[in-house]
Amino acid sequence: MSAVVEAAPAPVAAPSPAKPRGRRRRALAAVLVPLGFALAVLALWEAVVRIAALPPFILPAPSNFFSVLVARHEPILMMAAQTARSTLMGFAIGVSIGVVLGSIIGSSRAIYRMVYPALIGFHTIPSVALIPLFVIWFGAGPHIAVITAVVVCFFPVTVIMATAIATSAPELDDVLRSLGATRTDVMVKVALPRAMPQFFGSLKLAITGAFIGTIVAETIAANAGIGYVMVVATNNMDGALAFAALSVLAAMGVTLYAASLFLERRLTGWAYRGR
Amino acid sequence: MARPFVEFDRVTLTYGEGEEATPALDPTSLGIAEGEFVAVVGPSGCGKSSLLKLVSGLLKATSGNVVVAAQEVTAPIKIVGMAFQNPNLLPWRSTLRNVLLPAEIVQPHRARYRRDKAPYVERARQLLRTVGLEGFEQKLPWQLSGGMQQRASLCRALMHEPSLLLLDEPFGALDAFTREELWAVLQALWMQKPFTVILVTHDLREALYLADTIYVMSARPGRILLRRNFDLPRPRTLDSTYDARFVQALAELRAHIAEARTPVPAFA
Repeated sequence: MSAVVEAAPAPVAAPSPAKPRGRRRRALAAVLVPLGFALAVLALWEAVVRIAALPPFILPAPSNFFSVLVARHEPILMMAAQTARSTLMGFAIGVSIGVVLGSIIGSSRAIYRMVYPALIGFHTIPSVALIPLFVIWFGAGPHIAVITAVVVCFFPVTVIMATAIATSAPELDDVLRSLGATRTDVMVKVALPRAMPQFFGSLKLAITGAFIGTIVAETIAANAGIGYVMVVATNNMDGALAFAALSVLAAMGVTLYAASLFLERRLTGWAYRGR
Repeated sequence: MARPFVEFDRVTLTYGEGEEATPALDPTSLGIAEGEFVAVVGPSGCGKSSLLKLVSGLLKATSGNVVVAAQEVTAPIKIVGMAFQNPNLLPWRSTLRNVLLPAEIVQPHRARYRRDKAPYVERARQLLRTVGLEGFEQKLPWQLSGGMQQRASLCRALMHEPSLLLLDEPFGALDAFTREELWAVLQALWMQKPFTVILVTHDLREALYLADTIYVMSARPGRILLRRNFDLPRPRTLDSTYDARFVQALAELRAHIAEARTPVPAFA
């Protein structure tokens, strides 16, 4: 059937759009395959804990900490909500600062040269080491988590946006300039849309950064949030509670990641050429 | 005689300063009438593209005056449309939205477009129809072939109804068949509503197919060696390129170009 036939009229490969059925099946697979993998890991974990008969304060079995999660869902969810609030707020502020700062730095060579080394130097200081300082300046409380999240996650966005804006596209700029476009026009119509794929890359770094900043700050300087639950649980040798809290955290991380992936596909599909 | 639409009065251009100064254009004077289709040919690096940038105001003349539509050019001017060797479409915009770009930038269209987009969308669709891109309005640039992208780029250059169209080797990167196809497309667009065109090219057949007047430039620093009128009736077709007058003009231009090129040092 697929033998080479001489002078056979080659069927023209029409650029047919993906069939809706095939697309739905692929979308389903995109969710089910990683979910199945996660469940398999949990099953293996359960088996290892049971066979080795590990005590829960060393490593609790998934069945153990899920039952704790169900039983004590009210306080855990309250704490998780606190962490989610701090993380999202810190994330939003940090990303906004990063976009504005990165765009300014990237749009001027002089500013780029002046600010970049300082930025790198600043980033070399582990932000979590500044938490005690934040407490001295702003007092302990949930806002410390927000501030730490901002500090951790503005950096990747700033650096990546600055680089993306600075690597200009002179030929596209010429198109706009020949139309008499202002600098703002060029920024809005060329530089920023062009930077979108890199921006979403930095967003993924910022999400994890915001979580790390929030949790660490909560373990040091707060009396609410998942980080605080972790401290209490480890002090009480309550491994099941600690892991119940961590599982909520992991779920939040995946949700936020999925949200940014969804936005990315919507806004930067052009850069992936239909892949 | 009426004042020419585009006028160069002893214009020179020098890149760089002091010891590193490279003259790109020797004193050049020329006049282009409104509605005229002009082609500028010459060896590569002769300052053809610089000439276009001087007209559009993207570059400033080192000395002399450039006047377009009775206004001295000192900054990028609005009445030009420009298309380049690369289509330079914005990769994140659909074909239609790429064509609409000038409407978002050039006044007075900018303000009108913001109030009412419909007439502009209609004009963009009309332009795309003219060049045979109907049905591709929502495609992204990478989904189009090189020739199709260049058509879209032409539509974009014409979107804001410029009275002066500047073309910088727009068909240079295309295969011969697509190029000849687009000559006809461009000629049709121009005959519909004559606007002034300056086409820079190194393809002599292209120049003769499209232009009323052909300027031959020398190697750098650029200087105009020859101005030749060519009034073969329009619309010209590929058959016109076998016309005796076409062939004769071609030979004539080729002889001048050979003269214009800096001889390549031959190996002994």
